[in-house]
Amino acid sequence: MSPQVAGQLELLGQVLISGILLGGLYSLIGLGMSLIMGVMKIINLAHGELMMVAMYITFWAFTLAKIDPYVSLLIVFPLMFLLGVSVQKFLLTPVMEADTVLPQNQVLLTVGLGLVLSNLALLFFTANYRSVPVSYASKTIYWDLKLGGQTISLSFSYPFLVAFCIAGVLGASLFIFLAKTDTGRMIRATAQDKRAAALMGINTKRITYITFGLGAALVGAAGALLDPVYYLYPQIGGPFTSKAFVITILGGLGDIPGAVLGGLVLGLAESLGSVYISLGYKDAFGFIIFVLVLIFMPRGLLGRGRA
Amino acid sequence: MSRKNLIGLLPIAAVLLIPLLTQNPYLLHMFILSLLWIVLGQSWNLLGGYTGQISYGHAAFFGVGAYTTGIMVKSGQSPSTAWWGLLFGGLMAALVAAFIGWVCFRLRGSYFSLSVLALSEVLRLVAVNWNRLTNGAEGILFIPAFTQKTYYYYIVFALAAVNLGVIRWVMRSKPGYYFLAIREDQDCAESLGIDTTKYKLLSLLISAFFTGAAGAFYMNYMGFIDPGIVFSIADISIMMILVTMLGGAATKWGPAVGAILFILVSEIFRVWVGSGHLLFFGVLIIAIIIYFPNGIVGTLVDRRTRKRRLRGAEAVA
Repeated sequence: MSPQVAGQLELLGQVLISGILLGGLYSLIGLGMSLIMGVMKIINLAHGELMMVAMYITFWAFTLAKIDPYVSLLIVFPLMFLLGVSVQKFLLTPVMEADTVLPQNQVLLTVGLGLVLSNLALLFFTANYRSVPVSYASKTIYWDLKLGGQTISLSFSYPFLVAFCIAGVLGASLFIFLAKTDTGRMIRATAQDKRAAALMGINTKRITYITFGLGAALVGAAGALLDPVYYLYPQIGGPFTSKAFVITILGGLGDIPGAVLGGLVLGLAESLGSVYISLGYKDAFGFIIFVLVLIFMPRGLLGRGRA
Repeated sequence: MSRKNLIGLLPIAAVLLIPLLTQNPYLLHMFILSLLWIVLGQSWNLLGGYTGQISYGHAAFFGVGAYTTGIMVKSGQSPSTAWWGLLFGGLMAALVAAFIGWVCFRLRGSYFSLSVLALSEVLRLVAVNWNRLTNGAEGILFIPAFTQKTYYYYIVFALAAVNLGVIRWVMRSKPGYYFLAIREDQDCAESLGIDTTKYKLLSLLISAFFTGAAGAFYMNYMGFIDPGIVFSIADISIMMILVTMLGGAATKWGPAVGAILFILVSEIFRVWVGSGHLLFFGVLIIAIIIYFPNGIVGTLVDRRTRKRRLRGAEAVA
């Protein structure tokens, strides 16, 4: 193998690795959104803003109390759960049955909520870009591969790798929770048929609170994991809301395993696209795939979601 | 002309006289912005309020209209070519809308809304990255044709009046009834023989044309645009929805009431709060949805007829 080919392979391998690692975080963001979409049948357009809130919690925990971002997950997860429960209980549930000309009232409400959250952050924390300067931010692990006489050296960013693993653990716990526990079964039943679930004695209102809480907690965890590798500012939510709905549609609406796949696909598409096509259009690839999937595979990549 | 129509013309006549009463540039600026937002609100209302197709990405048409004008001026010689932008900006926006509609009307409800949002973001990224055509993130700058705000006032007034007239005319003719039928029940409308895709597209084209023309006016008036301003989701797309909802979706004067309140409130908060003034709009959106789900005009003025209609619906059910 010539050194040129080896160099190309090295680049490709590196791009795939960073795509998959990023995709793991995207999956976590998508899981929360997909869960909410499955049960409430609404698109949460404040999803990215919820993540922004979690990122600021992590940031302040680190700055004020020197709490490591990965440890602060223990604070972020319950706090975001409570925030999610309150949003569903005090904002979304009351407008569910209002009589209106415009459809999608709840979705528009989440738009308003997103504006409130990002502008509160702007007011209190200013528009400055901030970061969490952890000691391991640029730590990398190298992996040398011998291939046809050439050495291909691949690098893994340590914080991305940790984030990927924690995301995997959280995702797996969610599957076990949904599959094995009573509450998990109730959530799945409510997602399948809300009225039937109510007739079976499930308190569907309580289930919607828990679902939104879980969705917020999951995206909050993604925010905490993103902090060591990304910067944060009040308007960071918007692009991530877009990513979240792209992931959810890619996976098929309400399809939980699909959301994981959707996240990985988006991560790979962005990383491949920005290296091989154009860096400037990095964010456009997700949208283009999104529209193509909506048109040609409206039930998601796995073909199991609701069309 | 009946007396009712004459009374309806009174506020229009009053608005026409404003520049004769005041030459204060700041006040005129506020009135010009209000009229611009009336055009935007009314255009969104045609597609969202009357036809029931909620678009989260109308900034796409606003931006295309503005950029068409800006590029025309940059490639032409005199800034007077900019006024042709009102026509060509609108037409370009309608052309883009034809494509967006062709793609997005295969989808319904929230999926339609989100796909328009996605395509509008793609257009923003194109405007940022296609440097040779759009001058990229730097934006387009030119010296506006007039220094007197009075001219702009009458131009945007004419745009708003034509917009209102066209929408009233459409809503009173056959397609207008089709739009309402599609909003109430698309499958039902389809089964009655309405080509729903065609009429949704018609509604989108008219809406996009006027949104594009408003974008062209914005370019002419402000003299500066960049992708972050004219393709903004938060500042254009979402605010168009807010203006319509505030006044009342699917009402004749709702968008106008909403636009005037929107400009008033945003000025007050821009002066008082400074950064983060959008906070109030977030609260406002939430409050409207919870307390006035049909907007100010929709809830207060129309309360009686709505109650009657509701009672009728209950009797049928």
